[in-house]
Amino acid sequence: MASVELRNIKKHYGKTSVLKGVSLSVQDGEFLTLVGPSGCGKSTLLRIIAGLEDADGGEVRINGKNVAGVRPKDRNVAKVFQSYALYPHLTAFDNIATPLRMRWLTSIQRFPLLGRLLPETRRIERDIRGEVEQVAAMLRMSALLDRKPGQLSGGQRQRVALGRAMVRHPAVFLMDEPLSNLDARHRVQMRAEIMGLHRQLGTTFIYVTHDQAEAMTMSDRVAVMMEGELMQISEPEQLYIDPDDLRVAEMIGTPQINVVAIEKMAQHAGLYLAFPPDAATMAFRPECATIGKPLDAMLNGIVSMTEHLGADIFVHIKLDDDAGTVIVRTKPDAARHEDGAPVGVNVDRHNVLWFDADRKRIRRQAVKKIAA
Amino acid sequence: MTPLSLGRTGKIVRHAVLITTALFALIPFIWMLSLSIKPESEIFQRSFHLLPSNLSGLNNYAAVFASAPIVRFLFNGVVVCGAIFMLQLLVSIPCAYALAKLRFRGRDTLFAAVLVVLLIPSQVLSIPHFIMLHHASLLDTYGALILPWVFSAFGVFLLRQFFLTIPDELIHAAQLDGMSEAGIIWRIMIPMSGPVIAAFGIFSVVSHWNDLFWPLIALRSMELSTPALGILLFRDEELGRQFGSLMAATTIIVVPLIAFFLMAQRRFIDGLTIR
Repeated sequence: MASVELRNIKKHYGKTSVLKGVSLSVQDGEFLTLVGPSGCGKSTLLRIIAGLEDADGGEVRINGKNVAGVRPKDRNVAKVFQSYALYPHLTAFDNIATPLRMRWLTSIQRFPLLGRLLPETRRIERDIRGEVEQVAAMLRMSALLDRKPGQLSGGQRQRVALGRAMVRHPAVFLMDEPLSNLDARHRVQMRAEIMGLHRQLGTTFIYVTHDQAEAMTMSDRVAVMMEGELMQISEPEQLYIDPDDLRVAEMIGTPQINVVAIEKMAQHAGLYLAFPPDAATMAFRPECATIGKPLDAMLNGIVSMTEHLGADIFVHIKLDDDAGTVIVRTKPDAARHEDGAPVGVNVDRHNVLWFDADRKRIRRQAVKKIAA
Repeated sequence: MTPLSLGRTGKIVRHAVLITTALFALIPFIWMLSLSIKPESEIFQRSFHLLPSNLSGLNNYAAVFASAPIVRFLFNGVVVCGAIFMLQLLVSIPCAYALAKLRFRGRDTLFAAVLVVLLIPSQVLSIPHFIMLHHASLLDTYGALILPWVFSAFGVFLLRQFFLTIPDELIHAAQLDGMSEAGIIWRIMIPMSGPVIAAFGIFSVVSHWNDLFWPLIALRSMELSTPALGILLFRDEELGRQFGSLMAATTIIVVPLIAFFLMAQRRFIDGLTIR
């Protein structure tokens, strides 16, 4: 078990800057998710923590120790890869046993054929077998140990990859989009298993994904990355309710948060809301709005589409004056609206988030000050 | 209809063309086999028969084993080609790995140099090689036959292209599992490269088994001769004008090669197929 601390990590490939000074600290035993669109540098950051790539600036501390120059295998971190990265010519058993063989056996004992004859080798191999079987039992894949990766399904390969990471009891688990090659059903199932594994092992997990749903459901804390910068780190709920940046707000939550430019709505909404002076956009979640009578509301428009999802109904409303489309979430027992019907949208003003022209959040205290 | 599907006539024409071109390659071999089983008297007949009138021609084979050290030539061929191929792998695999997977200054320049070497005909280097081997007092030894071929630009190129297709994540996983670079090559790259190594093996063994040019320059003693040179040296002394025996000897040295190819064929095709 270990904490991980990143201080001002920088990395560039040629002229493009991939990481622009990322600082982050992960507590011992925490499940932290790095989420962001592809190309935001999250996987690079993971490789830097593992020591597979060197940072151009900044330092990585694992358990308080600067690990600059420490080779990947000596950092006591394990990684699960998106492509699983299993050795295709070895059986599941040998795949899982590899990290132990490399650590416990000397190079003479690993020597082809001859090494097997040493009595010491046999004893260690027996220990390794025991460890591998224990891990396999934990992942419920004992029956699959004799198969090669080519004969396993995606979910089974993922288990082997997890087993190979677990077997040497690393201080930190790094996971690089481990579920993105699985189909939807297996993904939800593996999500639960990984969470269970975290609880069982109590080890530090750093998990990279581009799927906000994975980030929100699995982690203790979520770090949102964009364009090589850390935008916000907080608990999943906090991230949803209280985003620091418009891009974070847009990334988290399905359907997306509604965003309306102030200049498009000034005429009528001004009656209802006091804008902070720097505000460029307002945003609100689909469940924070209600549909009311037309012309009488904060925002007005016509219904363009209705999505029935069983428990929820998403009403898409095209706003007047080309102010864009907003989505309002209603319950099946609420009044229905025909496509093309003029409606009004009301938002409780405590639930409105304001953002300035740089897409940074303007906090409510500031709003109150203006109002007073 | 796919672009390649043709009508009935089209198919016949296509096969006719393919069979004709295949015959161009096969006729010399068929002729060789035919001559090797004919008695001397039938070889220079005015009319051409594929098969001899009687089986006394098989004595040609007996004559070869009786009069020429053909077994010795075959043994030399196996030693020389085997040593060349093993040493080529020993040199090419680490080179190819470095060029494909490691990042270092000058890597692309080095790879460009390998490509340039690929363009140089081997004959150009024969005089420098000869002089170097002379100074090392290695002329007329196995070493003279083997050492000039230890570096194979083609091998480096072929293996590098294959190594590029092995994902980096696999190497990262191996690093985290505690393997050194040598361990990655030995435990990951080589086991995964079977088809490519087989393909390279065929190219290497065939070209050195059949090579006449270099052994002719580097060797003088018959007991070190590779099969191709052995036949040549022997022709004048013993077999002279006996074409039947000569062809029988040629058949004997070609057969192991064909057997080797058939064994490695499936992997060979896999290795050359772009995936």
